[in-house]
Amino acid sequence: MAIDAATVRKVAKLARIAEPEARIEPLAQELNGILTWIEMLNEVDTDGVEPMTSVVHQGLPMREDVVTEGGDPAKVLANAPKAAKDFFVVPKVVE
Amino acid sequence: MSDLTKLTLKSALEGLETKAFSAVELTQVHIEAVESAKALNAYVLETPDKALAMAQASDARRARGQAGALDGAPLGIKDLFCTEGVRSTACSKILGNFQPTYESSVTANLWRDGAVMLGKLNMDEFAMGSSNETSAFGPVINPWRASGETTALTPGGSSGGSAAAVAAQLCLGATATDTGGSIRQPAALTGTVGIKPTYGRCSRWGVVAFASSLDQAGPIARTVEDAALLLTSMAGHDARDSTSLDVAVPDFASFVGKSVKGMRVGIPKEYRVEGMPAEIEQLWEQGVAWLKEAGCEIVEVSLPHTKYALPAYYIVAPAEASSNLARYDGMRYGLRVDGANLTETYEQTRAAGFGEEVKRRILIGTYVLSAGYYDAYYLKAQKVRRRIADDFDQAFEKVDALLTPTAPSAAFPLGENADDPVAMYLNDIFTVTVNLAGLPGMSVPAGVDAKGLPLGLQLIGRALDEGSLFSLGGVIEQAAGFTARPDRWW
Repeated sequence: MAIDAATVRKVAKLARIAEPEARIEPLAQELNGILTWIEMLNEVDTDGVEPMTSVVHQGLPMREDVVTEGGDPAKVLANAPKAAKDFFVVPKVVE
Repeated sequence: MSDLTKLTLKSALEGLETKAFSAVELTQVHIEAVESAKALNAYVLETPDKALAMAQASDARRARGQAGALDGAPLGIKDLFCTEGVRSTACSKILGNFQPTYESSVTANLWRDGAVMLGKLNMDEFAMGSSNETSAFGPVINPWRASGETTALTPGGSSGGSAAAVAAQLCLGATATDTGGSIRQPAALTGTVGIKPTYGRCSRWGVVAFASSLDQAGPIARTVEDAALLLTSMAGHDARDSTSLDVAVPDFASFVGKSVKGMRVGIPKEYRVEGMPAEIEQLWEQGVAWLKEAGCEIVEVSLPHTKYALPAYYIVAPAEASSNLARYDGMRYGLRVDGANLTETYEQTRAAGFGEEVKRRILIGTYVLSAGYYDAYYLKAQKVRRRIADDFDQAFEKVDALLTPTAPSAAFPLGENADDPVAMYLNDIFTVTVNLAGLPGMSVPAGVDAKGLPLGLQLIGRALDEGSLFSLGGVIEQAAGFTARPDRWW
């Protein structure tokens, strides 16, 4: 499952990271190096093994469906790159 | 008064209690120590004014007879923990000047018990690294040097600032986090004690997320007892973290000094890896001898899937990271680099904000989760993870704890593995299994190599059995009589 330049471009697009053209080939090599090493996992017999998604042996806790905090727009917006009144300001998404 | 920085946390708390010195005096000498140690680059933000204000409040509490368990103890906080009103960046450019409007649960617990914050500690960016070299603030320099040499060594990572600050006496103890070894490996490389508790012991609320099913907070300290005091304060159930365990927190310090007679300790044969330095092998044998002398029964055990732990980790952790780090979009906080449209703004922001190692892991994570590859990589890794956890379950039917080396080498020069990600990843070969299984693991300094650099031994316990680790760790600490300290050059 070798990663080529086209795959790196596709994955970078999916991850929303602009990678300069000069980085595409080196990245393909780096990622291939890592994934080739990872492929040793194919030696492990995992037939019938239940995938492990959590190490916590307890069910997820439930809580009352009530508002516990909030109503503080100043705190929410305190670190916004751009804000106006009680809103985040973001680039236009509809042309 | 500079001798006060040499105290253990325990003896400092006793000194405060007997009024041998005040919290303000204790804090002041630490502030001065931090100021004079900039060459180590351990702190990325110093908060002396806040520290003195907290120390004054502590002295007032103590005068009223209301001192908490850690009252007046100056600590360093890894920059992964959100601290209210104090810049928290995970040592990434993408968080910019982020000033949380809330306090992480772990640090809130420490302040509840009266601790004092000296500042924020350097680390690998988003805790992704084993040498502290991925930090946007530049690497931490290990206070330890090989004897007769001046080469700059890594303190390990990702909690390199925490480990270096504790080793160089720039705080009495520090918070740290461990996703694949980030508490234990730096502890081993700096001659300090570090414990990653059972997954769920410490709340992850307010800790910048890397890989949520693996991340766990814990302390780095100069003694086993100090680590116990800190963990007792840091741990506890928190409704705001749904994976936080609703179990009582024992007084971990009460386990230090307890007899370990009759305890069965396993030696996993798969941890004897090719190319391991003879000194580490010898130290491991020495550790076995110490535990035998203390009355432990030593049992050879097998953890057959050990060598698959790192590759499984490098699927699970990047997959979770790629998802967690999707939140850094330049819209609500942190850096924003404007592009021609929304997508370009995302892409430019993330390109400028993330460092190379973080980008590499996001790309791997995105790839292994992408359509067509999910089963081959992610699902496979989760199944292998189950196998690794099953290995431990079987071993713990025969033994009460495991003894292994912490890291495959002593501290290495900065830049050594910079061009080879896989070589760098191998630093975590002995520690990462514990994260995958959610178990507690502790590194205890046990000796020095021929160059005078510290080496650590790792103890691994059953889930929620940190107590045994504190008892066994105390035995190793006492038998090793590890008193070496780095010669001050900074």
